[in-house]
Order: sequence, then C-alpha cells, then structure tokens
Amino acid sequence: MQRAIRILIGKPGLDGHDRGAKLISRVLADAGVEVIYTGKFQTPEQIVAAAIQEDVDGIGLSILSGSHMTMFKRVQDLLREKKAEDIVLFGGGVIMPGDIPKLEQMGVDRIFPPDTPTSKIVEYVKSIPDRKK
Amino acid sequence: MFDKEYLKKIEAEKKRWEETTLKERLAQGKEMRDSFKTDSQIEVNRLYTPLDLEAVGFDYLNDTSWPGEYPFVRGIDPVMYRAAPWVMMQYSGFGSAEETNRRFKFMLSQGASSFAIALDLPTHKALDSDDPVAEGEVGKVGVPIDSLKSLEAIFDGIPLDSIKMFVCVGMSTGPIILALFLSLAEKAGIDPRRFGLFMTNESLMEFACRGTQFTTPAGHFRLSADVVEYCARNYPNFSPLQLCGYHTREAGCTAIQELAFPLANCITYIEEMTRRGLSIDDYAGNFSWFFSSSLELLEEVAKYRAFRKIWANIAKNRFGAKNPKTMHARIMIYTGGSHLTRRQPYINIVRTTIQALSSALAGVQFMNLSSFDEAYQTPTEEGATIAVRTQQILAYETGVTKTVDPLAGSYYVETLTKKIEDAVYDYLQRIENMGGAVKAIEKGFYQSEIAEQAYRYNKEIETKERIKVALNEFLTDQEVKVASLKYDPDAEKKTIAAVKELRKERDNNKVKQALENLRKALKGTENAMPSIIEAMKAYATVGEVGAVIREVYGKYEEGMVRF
Repeated sequence: MQRAIRILIGKPGLDGHDRGAKLISRVLADAGVEVIYTGKFQTPEQIVAAAIQEDVDGIGLSILSGSHMTMFKRVQDLLREKKAEDIVLFGGGVIMPGDIPKLEQMGVDRIFPPDTPTSKIVEYVKSIPDRKK
Repeated sequence: MFDKEYLKKIEAEKKRWEETTLKERLAQGKEMRDSFKTDSQIEVNRLYTPLDLEAVGFDYLNDTSWPGEYPFVRGIDPVMYRAAPWVMMQYSGFGSAEETNRRFKFMLSQGASSFAIALDLPTHKALDSDDPVAEGEVGKVGVPIDSLKSLEAIFDGIPLDSIKMFVCVGMSTGPIILALFLSLAEKAGIDPRRFGLFMTNESLMEFACRGTQFTTPAGHFRLSADVVEYCARNYPNFSPLQLCGYHTREAGCTAIQELAFPLANCITYIEEMTRRGLSIDDYAGNFSWFFSSSLELLEEVAKYRAFRKIWANIAKNRFGAKNPKTMHARIMIYTGGSHLTRRQPYINIVRTTIQALSSALAGVQFMNLSSFDEAYQTPTEEGATIAVRTQQILAYETGVTKTVDPLAGSYYVETLTKKIEDAVYDYLQRIENMGGAVKAIEKGFYQSEIAEQAYRYNKEIETKERIKVALNEFLTDQEVKVASLKYDPDAEKKTIAAVKELRKERDNNKVKQALENLRKALKGTENAMPSIIEAMKAYATVGEVGAVIREVYGKYEEGMVRF
C-alpha cells in the first residue's frame, strides 16, 4: 500500500492570519493527506527543518503579509542548501498576479491565489507524488 | 403590543392566507430550498407579522425604548445622523512614515474626517525594522514605527489636535502606542486632552485570533490593563480599549460569536479594573467596539441593535454602571474583507456599499470601508478614494440619515434583534461556564469554534449551497488588471537606515537608564506606563522596549498541530 502523502503547512514570518492555513490543513486531512501545520511565526529555517524531520512530500506556505518574495526564496534556497529539493514547494495568500511567474521561476511549483476552490488544492496535493523529481 | 383579539384575527387570517393564496402559489412552483437561514444560521421564515413581535415579547416602552436612553437599542444618541453623519475613516499606512503622512493628507483632503493608522507587522510585534526577522515585512501591511521619530514624520504637518479623533491599531502594542502619542504631544506642546486617541490595545483576543502577540498572555494582559487604568486616571478623553469581534468574524465565526467573544473578554478587563480599585463608570464609557460588517444586510442591522442592548444591560445590571455614557456601545466597523473576491474586483465596490449601508441603518459611530482591490494589495489612492466616496454617497444621497433607527418596528428586524440577543446571552453563558474568556482561550474554545465555522462556510462554497458571485458562480474568463500600489522599493532600506541612525544620534545613556527603569517596573506591580513613556520620550526603539517586555514575561511560541 502506498504511504499517505505527507504535507507541511507553514506560516512563515510575522503574519498572524491563519484561517486559510488551518482550513487547508483540515480539508487535506479530510482527503487522507497527513498534514503537519507548523503554527504561526515560523522562520524559513524552522519550516525547512520541520519539513525534513517530518519527511514530507511537500511544503505549502500561507502568506498574506506581502513578504512572499522574500519568504519563498529563503525556503527554496534552504531546501537547495539542505539537498532537500525533492520536497515540492507550493503555497498561497495575498499575492499579486504579477509575482506568480517570478515565484515559479524561483522554483515554487504552484501558487494558489485567493478564491482557489479548496478542492483544486486537494487535487494538486494528491498529484504531488507523480510530480516529484 | 397589539390587542389580544386583534392578534387572534391576524392568526386566523394568516392561516387563511397559507391555505389559499400561498398554497396556490406553491402548487405552481416550489421555493429554492426547504429552509432558509441567515449567515449566522438563524432560521428565516417566509413572512413576519405582528404575531412574531408578540412571540418574541416585543415591548416598545420597556425593551426598545428611545434613542439616547437605556437600553439604547435605537441608538446611543437621540438625534443620531441628523446632527452629523458617522465618522468617515480610512484605514491607512504603508511603505514608510513619509508615504503614510502623504496618504493621510490626501485622505483628509478628500473629505475623510479621520483615519485609522495601519501598522506594519514588525511594529505590531514590537520588533525594529532592522531586526533580521523583519526582513521583507517592513512597511508592507502598514507603516513602520521604530520610535518617536517615526511618529513625528507620520504626523508632520498634521497637528494632533487638528483631527477630533483617530485610531491607532495594535492589539498588543497598546502601551507602546500610548507612550508614543503622549511623547509626541509633549514634544509638540499639545495638551493630550485636546485630541481623541483611540487605541485597540485588546491583547486577549490575539491568542484566539489575529495573532500579533509578542509575549505571553500574562504579560500582555497586565500591559493592556495598565493602559486602561492609566487613561482612566489621567486621560479620560482617550479610548484605551477597543473590544473586537471583527477579527473572529473575519476568521469565520458567526454574528452571535462575533458579539459574545469580545463581551466575554471585556468582562475580564472589568474584573481586573475592579481589582485595581476602579468602578465601571471610571473607564468603560471610553471603550469602543469594533465589528465586521457583513453582507447579510438585515441580520447586520439586527446585530448592532441587539449589541447595544446587551452591553447596556451588562454594564448597568451586572456591573452597576450609573452613568448612561458607560452603557453606550460606541461602535466602529470595518467592512469585512473576507466577503470580497479577487476576481472581478470592481464588484467589491457593490459589496462594501451594502456592508456600509447595513451599518448606517444600524446607527454605528465610525466606519472604515475596504477598498475594492484588497484581495491583491494594500489599497491604492483610487481604491481608498472610492471607499470614502461610498460613505459620502450613503450619508448625503440616500436619505437613511434623516431619521433615527429607520428599521425599528420591522417585524423581521425586531424578531432577528431579539433572537440574536438571546443567542448571544446563551453563548456568553457557555464561555462563563468554562471559567471566562481567559480559560476559554487557553482551552482553545474560541479557536476551535471559529475554525469550525470557517470549515462549514468553505463546504457551503464548495457545494454551491452558498452562491458567491465571481467565486463559485458567474465567472468570466477575463482577468481584470488592477493598478498596482506603487511601493517605494527602497522604503524598507531607508527605514532601516533611519533607525540605525537614530541609535547613534540619541542620548544612549538616557535610553539605557529608561530601559532599566522599565525592567524594574515590569517586574513590579505598579502601573508600567510611566516608565514606558519615559523610554519612548528618550527615543528608545519599539524593538528595545519589546525586548525588555519579552525578557521579563517570556517569548510567545506556538506549537505544531497534526491534522
């Protein structure tokens, strides 16, 4: 039997709005995904360390504070540094459409803008084992 | 209210109507659903009549009464908007102190009567702009305030006493904000009793929601209480505490919970002030209440009416308030951003209009409207201007301001008002049974209740039980291009340079001494405000004061959750 998909949902930086992160965590868990939610105020270092320790397939970052360019880059760089690039990086939040291609160029696999139906995110997460390098 | 005989006639007639006209109509086609509920899950009947008023015990003289008189259902002022519209505010702040100063001046020039200062996240969390953890966050969601110098720049050319009142948010930074404004006033030679500073300062709710706390619950509660006490004894013209239902509603809770959560928190503050030797009339009349105006128009009207009655009752009958002013609920609203959509953003202007309309019909005191582009960014000038214009149209073109509490007597609205009132008391009792707000938050009750409602809402959207235009229905292919807010890309760099410069040019001995005094005061039981004021006057930074607080009370850490 294939092991369940494991995902870390992280809230990097100082933003305290966690409605989305908690909702996504629960909806994914409903779909059989094993979810670890880091809680608020995580540094990129803490997120990557937890992801490696928990042996996750993917990291989903929730960022509503406008710091996404900085945060995604730091997490991506750390994953590279720790040779953990097989962990797929995705996320969502308040992100201007113009920034999405820049994030994808950085190595972020998918950004989900506000309004994305949660079912689409579940569909994406379930496809992660097929996307891994 | 009605003669018993007349009511019997109405009842009989209702039956006749149901068995004839209604029955014929339903035979031609059913209603869309078997049961209709408000946004907060209250059952909505097909029709409301005087029978419903009777059923909820509507009593004009004893329950509803007169505006400006207990229990204030109809409004806290006898003439309401006939004297002046509500205060039209705009939540502003971003980039740098200078950019924020420019935006404030612009909004005032466009007719905003006031503003609410948005702080950036490092400031909320008592961190300096050059703290490594603040990288990428400086000036994004609000203005960075590193010290008194920042506040001087924000208010450059805007004398503190030139605006009747303004709000500075910050649920956890209350004491720092108070100290900064008192220092600014002293420096400018302005008597602090000549302006109305409204502070949020409600740190209990941070642990349930919102989350910009920077130390432990004990530390924050002591400091929030210090602010309330200090203002009660020295600056009764300030509003030292704004109880908030807004954030929990935005996180997903119902209108009932939105009222009950901050009421429970308020009770905790009242009990603390009693311990400190103050009577409710000494301070609670200066509180204000902050709510999220939602889209279910008539429920929102009923919500605010019910709230005024509940607060008046609790203040008077539970805590013995004698002064009518103490029993007034001064209500500030923000149109809830969670109701806006990212796609087809201009339709959000329609949404915020309805949210604001409900608030005007309900008789609130202060309004801030969301900008149509909030799902993308901090508002542009265009977005902020439309938000103010919306308020101006409501105030000057719709006529809703010409009479007090226009929806009073509506069979539906009065029924809803009573139902909400009853439900809030029930919910409040549940929180009390747990030991009150602090215990309930510690147990995770607020948090789990909120998350449960957010989950339910999401399910309704996914299943289309709830239609949301431009979200799950009525979509278009075209992506609307929204003009970007032009951030100065160097704002963060400049702000960081400025705080580093400040630390060189100030009297560092004075700062060191002030921080040492602060440390002592925090470890003691006396009100810590005088030493926080001393520190800010000496140009200590927000982060330095935060560091001392964290040193004494501890850092706040969240744990991991497995789903």
